[in-house]
Amino acid sequence: MAAISRDDVAHLAKLARIDMSNAELDHLAQEMSVILDAVARVQEVAGSDVPPTSHPIPVNNVVREDVVLPSLSQEDSLSGAPAQAEGRFKVPQILGEE
Amino acid sequence: MALNYDQAVAKYDPTLGLEVHVELNTNSKMFCGCSTEFGAEPNTQTCPVCLGLPGALPVVNGKAIESSILIGLALNCSIAPFSRFARKNYFYPDMPKNFQTSQYDEPICVNGYLDVEIETEDGPKQFRVEIERVHMEEDTGKSLHVGGATGRIHGAEYSLLDYNRAGIPLVEIVTKIVGGTGKYAPEVARAYVTELRDILRSLGVSDVKMEQGSMRCDVNLSLAPIGSGSLGTRSETKNVNSLRSVERAVIGEVIRQANRLEAGERIVQETRHFLEESGQTRPGRSKEQAEDYRYFPEPDLVPVVPDSAWIEELRATLPEKPSNRRKRLQIEWSVPDKEMSSLVNAGLLDVVEETIKLGAEPTRARSWWLGEISRLANEREVDPTSLITPGQVAVVISLIESGELTDKLARQVVEGVVAGEGTPADVITKRGLKVVSDDGALMTAIEAAIAAQPDTALRVRGGNIPAAGALIGAVMKATGGQADAAKVRELLLKHLGQGE
Amino acid sequence: MTSIRSTAAQMAEALSAGTITSVELTQAHYERIGEVDSEVHAFLYLDKEGALAQAAQSDAKRNSGEIQSPLAGVPLALKDLLTQKGIPTTCGSKILEGWRPPYDSTVVAKLKAAGVVILGKTNMDEFAMGSSTENSAYGPTHNPWDLTRIPGGSGGGSAAAVAAFEAPLAIGSDTGGSIRQPAAVTGTVGVKPTYGGVSRFGLIAFSSSLDQAGPCARTVLDAAMLHEVIAGHDEKDSTSINAPVPQVVKAAKKLDVKGMKIGVVKELQGEGFQAGVLERFHDGLDALVSCGAELVEVSCPAFDYALAAYYLIAPSECSSNLARFDSMRYGIRIGDDGVRGAEEVMKLTRHEGFGPEVKRRIILGTYALSSGYYDAYYGSAQKVRTLLMRDFNAAFAKADVLVSPTAPTTAFKIGENVDDPLAMYLNDIATIPVNMAGIGGMSLPCGLAPEDGLPVGFQIMAPAMRDDLMYQVGGALEATLLAKWGAPILDSAPLLAAK
Repeated sequence: MAAISRDDVAHLAKLARIDMSNAELDHLAQEMSVILDAVARVQEVAGSDVPPTSHPIPVNNVVREDVVLPSLSQEDSLSGAPAQAEGRFKVPQILGEE
Repeated sequence: MALNYDQAVAKYDPTLGLEVHVELNTNSKMFCGCSTEFGAEPNTQTCPVCLGLPGALPVVNGKAIESSILIGLALNCSIAPFSRFARKNYFYPDMPKNFQTSQYDEPICVNGYLDVEIETEDGPKQFRVEIERVHMEEDTGKSLHVGGATGRIHGAEYSLLDYNRAGIPLVEIVTKIVGGTGKYAPEVARAYVTELRDILRSLGVSDVKMEQGSMRCDVNLSLAPIGSGSLGTRSETKNVNSLRSVERAVIGEVIRQANRLEAGERIVQETRHFLEESGQTRPGRSKEQAEDYRYFPEPDLVPVVPDSAWIEELRATLPEKPSNRRKRLQIEWSVPDKEMSSLVNAGLLDVVEETIKLGAEPTRARSWWLGEISRLANEREVDPTSLITPGQVAVVISLIESGELTDKLARQVVEGVVAGEGTPADVITKRGLKVVSDDGALMTAIEAAIAAQPDTALRVRGGNIPAAGALIGAVMKATGGQADAAKVRELLLKHLGQGE
Repeated sequence: MTSIRSTAAQMAEALSAGTITSVELTQAHYERIGEVDSEVHAFLYLDKEGALAQAAQSDAKRNSGEIQSPLAGVPLALKDLLTQKGIPTTCGSKILEGWRPPYDSTVVAKLKAAGVVILGKTNMDEFAMGSSTENSAYGPTHNPWDLTRIPGGSGGGSAAAVAAFEAPLAIGSDTGGSIRQPAAVTGTVGVKPTYGGVSRFGLIAFSSSLDQAGPCARTVLDAAMLHEVIAGHDEKDSTSINAPVPQVVKAAKKLDVKGMKIGVVKELQGEGFQAGVLERFHDGLDALVSCGAELVEVSCPAFDYALAAYYLIAPSECSSNLARFDSMRYGIRIGDDGVRGAEEVMKLTRHEGFGPEVKRRIILGTYALSSGYYDAYYGSAQKVRTLLMRDFNAAFAKADVLVSPTAPTTAFKIGENVDDPLAMYLNDIATIPVNMAGIGGMSLPCGLAPEDGLPVGFQIMAPAMRDDLMYQVGGALEATLLAKWGAPILDSAPLLAAK
């Protein structure tokens, strides 16, 4: 039984930048334990001799020419911005590292 | 009593690690067609891809892969037969997708080295700096912090984001740990970054301007008691943005760490910021726990599998190694060491070589670029190479050599070219800058000078040759500096009975 | 006489014959939407003005004799996770409320270029996570067969719109069955093309290595016609296949499966499948045999692990794909009071903006990718993917196509499974292996389950880039069943048939 504690979920929620109440954390910790129990069976079949697949269709080396294409206008770039000023996205103060 | 640098390295052995980020000079961004041109209006070189709009997908810039392979080859790396992009997941507002598309465990180039030479007490010594990896990634946007006392992040009331820089291709070059430098750690660090910069410049893959941020260096440093054979805890100093700063950051960290260890304190594994003014470092925000980047292969991109024929094709285009080239040119031009480093540091080696190739005499070519042209560039705060072409400089030098221009006139010609008045020939015509060597015109001026200073003329007639200087000066002044001074002297002395 | 009950192919013919105009056809569909959508709730947004302008343009071109693509002037409903310039695109999420993308997805660009009239955006489970459309932030969509039941998901809106005659065609997207399972439970046709067959540029990503847009329709031929409009290589999508589009329209018209080998997947017809579903599935098998196809049993043992692997890969990729919804550049912003920092505002916005299922999957994916757990979870799941592909390869060595029921049950009641995520996930048990292997899959109706009278879906799976094979088998099966039934299955939908 994969035991997921409230603290574990709180840590994951922090990594994922989702605010959660204690009740939500508790509920999710319970659900996560059940789900992880169910999905943990992937470990049963896949031995070390099996290579992982990340792309369903094997294609390599897809590149484009180094050519400049039209950008969006400043107006279109900012069209969805919740707030803007001086041609830039206006966001709450960024705390932490420079 | 605090330890100074010499005392610190007498007790502790430094181990270095250097991470250099280089912005590639491609026309378009890493994963989209937006321009990489510097200085555009904010958020005008942005599109759904580099803004991370929902639904947008990346496509790799082939030129960026080519540049990365060239860098790897120049650094003696193996080019990976299979390489992939991964997502490095962490939230930061200047990163539009909240993950950076980067390379993780499958970089494009691995296991190289770079030999650098430093001066030691026992003469020049070579160090081999081993390269762990060269990988590709994308730059972030830029944030501007408004309000607050200092404009720095703390105390800002809000931030403004410009994503023009987001998605510009970056290459990160990471060394293995560099040990065995002893007290020469600062010199080795500087020599490595210098040599790396020169190689990147010779490859033409980046502008490598540290002051503009197109090349940035992080310095990792740890100390261990000499002879302990162990490795200490390292700090990572960011924001080291000049060659001199690289050296100073190493010194600063050696002193700081040694004094902590002396005081019985632990070294904390942390990110620190280099302070340009003091040469010291200050801690970044301490992280409560190591960041978990949750890397996984980028599902929106496919693997990079360079074929060996292409790699060999690229290898064949590699230019001469900058250190070899410097040595060769220094001998060919017979340049003193100090002047050679001035040329290199000023980034003028290429233009001087080009000027010489076009027929100019090496000493003149060097002194024009380092002297007058650099002076004009400094005044304008631009790069000397942006002012005038090697071809134009070569023309001016050839006109001096043929006597058609004096040094003084030549300076005016260069100034004219720089001012945008056209080619040297155009400037000469427009400004009428011809050396006056016509005997009749010069004689008129000479006679006028003698008439004005009869006593001086008399002394010259009497055999006082140095006194002729005053008369020659008067002639030069009268002709507005356009007279051929040697010719004036010859005619004057002959006229006053002193010619042979 | 052309009506909203005609097939898209018939509408196209009528337009071309001049017996109806695109404007008339479009208006007729808006009338139908006006009549039934308050009950069905298939649409989140109607672009009446834009659609009528498109229709008028198509009519004008036709009048001037300009050659148009076969579907020009035919209306279509678009799942709300494809960007259409200037048209609200929410992905069924509150976090994108009010966002109008400044660009067209490649699918939309192709639809516009083909003159297809886009009526509006259809409802879906938030960010395509779900099997019932109950996870939409804008309320559930109801199954036209029984309004108390789910229309499947995540593309319940698109399937319901087609089933309720609100649109002859729709675009869906299929990450684990989101086109096929809704088609199965609404009695319509849904196709997930080979991964890379249709560009993902402008398709708001749920799980990038699994997502694929595809057609929803009432007939196999209609689906094929739409398939050919939206498929093809796209330089803006690195994972797009640079090869000619399989000739699916031609294949759908063949109506011949003589000598074809049909692989019946042993692992997809036992425990957990409703009896009536299996019964109708066997009717489908019988129909194929009657057409001269040969049945072979194939075994795909790794299928038993597909669901578990899917619920690691999809959440992992989604935890990264959905990180961009942080209120900085677009979408809603919660808690920006001038004091809180950016990080705090991001957290509050994501708390308010995402629904419970999306949060559950983001947390699960964050866990599966964490250092220390990556190999055990994400890494192992990628290995299962390899095993699934090996199973498919072995099976396709024995059979031209594989078949199974599309979903284990008929449509369940709204609210029945909302508190049990694992039970909900089981809906995708038969559809997920197709996404994991990147191959093509189709669902078409094979009858009504005797116990509840609700439609049952028959799934056909074809090797990568052989999408034509599933259209060939699907076309023949559909024709045979139609002959047996005497009328299209949607004619027996009791509720809306009356309207």
